[in-house]
Amino acid sequence: MTDIRFLLCVLVWGALPSTSAYAVDVGEHAPSFALPTAAGDSVSLERMRGRVVYLDFWASWCGPCRRSFPWMNEMQRRYGDKGLSIVAINVDKKQADATRFLRETPAEFTVVYDAPGAIPAAYAVKGMPSSYLIDTSGNVVAVEQGFRDQSPAALEQKIRALIMAR
Amino acid sequence: MIASITRSLCVAALLATAGCATLNPPQPWEKGDLAKREMQFDPNPLDAKATQHIYTSKEGAGGGYGIGGGGCGCN
Repeated sequence: MTDIRFLLCVLVWGALPSTSAYAVDVGEHAPSFALPTAAGDSVSLERMRGRVVYLDFWASWCGPCRRSFPWMNEMQRRYGDKGLSIVAINVDKKQADATRFLRETPAEFTVVYDAPGAIPAAYAVKGMPSSYLIDTSGNVVAVEQGFRDQSPAALEQKIRALIMAR
Repeated sequence: MIASITRSLCVAALLATAGCATLNPPQPWEKGDLAKREMQFDPNPLDAKATQHIYTSKEGAGGGYGIGGGGCGCN
């Protein structure tokens, strides 16, 4: 009997390290970050309080990311001067890969770099691309995983609602 | 004596399995290398599609080729 109890204890102890990371969800405060742009300027979420932020995690090797860029450019053009800030966090290990991607797929919004991946880890990003719509007080309003054909319409509606409420 | 040795060995084996937990699978943002063409089961998608089409049309067989996409779990 004691043997069984002893073995159970060992098993439970062994299972402990397998607990998974906690993902940021709607209604929660968006984890802050300060990341550099290609030019070396620091971009921080705190400094964008009062603006609606569309935070996007992308990589050069991710197909849907490429498709999301023209749409994000369009959103930036349409709502940039109305209070929307689009920040795209690149998670490539080599920045040169991102630079090549940006040559083919130009971005008209802010692109910052996080090669070590600390920020996607803080958000516990579940897939690429992942984006978070953050309101003026820094709370997550919507989480979008992947970029599908039907994503833009619903996302734009949410962006517009936040801009109106601003 | 033998019982206690067996028990210790059992515990050692069980504790060793906990080490597997530290071998974390790559996170979604770390799959750049896995998305490379040379990392695919079939590096030529067009050729694979044609072969698959032949199997489907001539032999009524399909599927069983794993998951599609570039390793980021999205496409």
